[in-house]
Amino acid sequence: MKKSLTATLLALALASAATAETITLLNVSYDPTRELYADFNPAFARYWKAKTGDDVVVKQSHGGSGAQARSVIDGLQADVVTLALAADIDALHKKAGLLPADWQKRLPERSTPYTSTIVLLVRKGNPKGIKDWDDVINPGVSIVVANPKTSGGARWAYLAAWGYAERKYGSKEKAREFITALYKHVPVLDSGARGATTTFVQRGIGDVLLAWENEAFLALKEFGADKFEIVVPSSSILAEPPVAWVDKVVARKGTEAVAKAYLEYLYSDEGQEIAGRNFYRPRNPAVAAKFADVFPKIELFTIDDVFGGWTKAQHAHFADGGVFDQIYQK
Amino acid sequence: MPAAVASPLTTAGSRNPLPRASRDAAWVRWTLTAVALVFLAFFLALPLAAVFAEGLRRGVAAYFASFRDTDALAAIRLTLLTAAIAVPANAVFGVAAAWAIAKFPFRGKSLLITLIDLPFAVSPVIAGLVYVLIFGANGWFGSWLIDHDVRIIFAVPGIIIATTFVTFPFVARELIPLMQAQGNDEEYAAATLGASGWQTFWRVTLPNIKWGLLYGIILCNARAMGEFGAVSVVSGHIRGETDTLPLHVEILYNEYNFVGSFAVASLLTLLALVTLVLKTIVEWRHAASRSAST
Amino acid sequence: MATARTRRSALPGFGITLGFTLAYLGLIVLIPLSATFIRAAGMDWGSFWAAVTSPRVLAAYRLSFGASLAAGAVNMVFGLIVAWVLTRYPFPGRRVVDALVDLPFALPTAVAGIALTSIYAPNGWIGRWLAPLGFPVAFTRLGVFVALTFIGLPFVVRTLQPVIQELQPEMEESAASLGATRWQTFRRVLLPELVPPLLTGFALAFARALGEYGSVVFISGNMPMRTEIVPLLIITKLEQYDYSGATAIAVVMLVSSFLLLLLINLLQKWSRRFQAV
Repeated sequence: MKKSLTATLLALALASAATAETITLLNVSYDPTRELYADFNPAFARYWKAKTGDDVVVKQSHGGSGAQARSVIDGLQADVVTLALAADIDALHKKAGLLPADWQKRLPERSTPYTSTIVLLVRKGNPKGIKDWDDVINPGVSIVVANPKTSGGARWAYLAAWGYAERKYGSKEKAREFITALYKHVPVLDSGARGATTTFVQRGIGDVLLAWENEAFLALKEFGADKFEIVVPSSSILAEPPVAWVDKVVARKGTEAVAKAYLEYLYSDEGQEIAGRNFYRPRNPAVAAKFADVFPKIELFTIDDVFGGWTKAQHAHFADGGVFDQIYQK
Repeated sequence: MPAAVASPLTTAGSRNPLPRASRDAAWVRWTLTAVALVFLAFFLALPLAAVFAEGLRRGVAAYFASFRDTDALAAIRLTLLTAAIAVPANAVFGVAAAWAIAKFPFRGKSLLITLIDLPFAVSPVIAGLVYVLIFGANGWFGSWLIDHDVRIIFAVPGIIIATTFVTFPFVARELIPLMQAQGNDEEYAAATLGASGWQTFWRVTLPNIKWGLLYGIILCNARAMGEFGAVSVVSGHIRGETDTLPLHVEILYNEYNFVGSFAVASLLTLLALVTLVLKTIVEWRHAASRSAST
Repeated sequence: MATARTRRSALPGFGITLGFTLAYLGLIVLIPLSATFIRAAGMDWGSFWAAVTSPRVLAAYRLSFGASLAAGAVNMVFGLIVAWVLTRYPFPGRRVVDALVDLPFALPTAVAGIALTSIYAPNGWIGRWLAPLGFPVAFTRLGVFVALTFIGLPFVVRTLQPVIQELQPEMEESAASLGATRWQTFRRVLLPELVPPLLTGFALAFARALGEYGSVVFISGNMPMRTEIVPLLIITKLEQYDYSGATAIAVVMLVSSFLLLLLINLLQKWSRRFQAV
């Protein structure tokens, strides 16, 4: 009681100080959102200035999703987190109680303003003839993907491949055989999605990159569509990178209102447009329709359908001694 | 950095012309020189050239544009600030430690020297980890720090402390063997003539060790500005706020801005080259002052 | 060694400098490092043992120790040649080359990492010639070895140089006058003198290589069980919120670093005695 009183007083003191000056938010995010938030932050600042007259500066921190969650747990003062997967934000609740367990119910669409999926990026002309997931384990194909232990995108990629195999061949054993075969074709496991893209694009390693759809588009844009092409598999996973404000931090800094508004603005028409422009699939159907020719139609399954949610998937596949570890210990 | 490496000063003396028996046959000389130069070219010159070649790939304009970015400037400022605090702190410590160790006998001296060396052999990653264990939200002082709104890790103080840890032994390990080799005679003479301890230090000891001290500071500074592993663990990677130059290199690299990344890297490389030049000058001056005094 | 240090009170400042040294050492180094031991002590023996001997960790030890040993060994051979050439043979540009030897000290490890990766990647300056021959360097164990060789080089050279400089020419002359060939002189007379500093330099390079992180992560490829070094494993554990696992491995590394340093200091004592004889 006493603690919360001091916290409130402190928050009030800080809030009153803040009205006179610029408000600063810290958005702790994962690797591939650099361009998205570089685009979105000024747009939000304009919106907030027009609405309240306050200036707001959003600082960014990027890194592997798990590493970023770890920093927030250890005390990085993030007002908002925009991470690659729900499990990493769950950790903020479980390990440090920084936000309530039902954080995902506080914003629409399971707190995920934009979605993405996993696609296959191949070299121009598709020399290895990769059409779908089954082709990536053909003899002589080498696959680049990040380490699912540390990279959120790589976890989605693993689950996409597994889900495809389980749904196609109808059993967990077959799916396991497929995923084991797949990682036998991987020569480099970078620790983050960005590292994997650099390895594939810049270092010329591998025939196919299992990538976030937005990363694949960005690679085409940055390095030229004449060098790479995107192969859309017959089915993939609906990747939901969620967002949340960190209650303990915003309470202390007195930034709750602006942090909430920041995340809510991601759902606005402008926010959704910016997401679409940066190759994230907008949630809003009207905005999504505008980008219909950009994003290919894929049959998308969810993590709940195939794996029964993040907690189960995390425990069975990525925990120490889980399926992923077993693949490498044989 | 343990003594053996850091102390060419203690032995750098006059070089005698070699007698005939010590000369190798011409073919041996040529082969060995060629082997040594090829080895160094592959391992040292090539990485050096690669940094500049990649940085200049899009031309000089793009190269210099990389430094006008506000985040790059913030990283430069933070790196300078970090070095400006960590290096003097370790220099003062180095002088004090060398005075105690070289001028006085006491038990456990070997152990003390080994402990001073420890940060050199400890992985930078572990150096970062220990400060997370202490100052992190779940660490020893974590909740106290948060209640009092004091930020250590993921803020500038954490970066400075981690850098201080990593560069801890440099000055001390430079001075200890130097002061041991010089002995106490001059200080005794000064004391006999009635000089105070402080006067003795300023007038007698410091002039004797100034080149060694400078040498240690130069190496310490180079490492302080270039530290990556330890700082990476405690920084929090907030753009424009807790990014040092080496971290900024990584950030630009991850943003596919390879030219910018290598341009900033080349700045650090230039710093390394300046360090080497300064070091050579210091060695040379030191050798000159030694041969003048003997 | 100091000549006269028996008169205890002749010089002032012992208390304050030693006190400051111990306080600063404690504050910056010992108390922080003890945090890892205290944290690890919170684990029971079974889980500690499990954390430090899991197959993936064992593979990382093998790589870290193996690659560091190999890099140290290569540096012994080439470091000896470089040190010998730099002290014995005058050639144009020697000063520049001599100064360049310290580059790995002065160059930030991350910069070294991306530079080496860009050279040895299959499309890099050297990698493009090696990869077709079946020697991919970047993203293999060979890459780890190359990075560790780079950072370890100055240690061997800088430890050897002063010793080579101080070698007594008379010994070589007398060996020559007794009819020894140059090679015999080197093997029987010079090499024994150079063994202690060679070992010291090797141990220093080895100790530094064990903990190296920045330059290796860019070039190693980070494959579990194959190209994952111990410091990377510590970071990976941290990122999975496995603080106990990370600290347990850190304790193992800390103890081996400390033992290595003790060994180095013993080696140096031994070599000093050796040189005095």
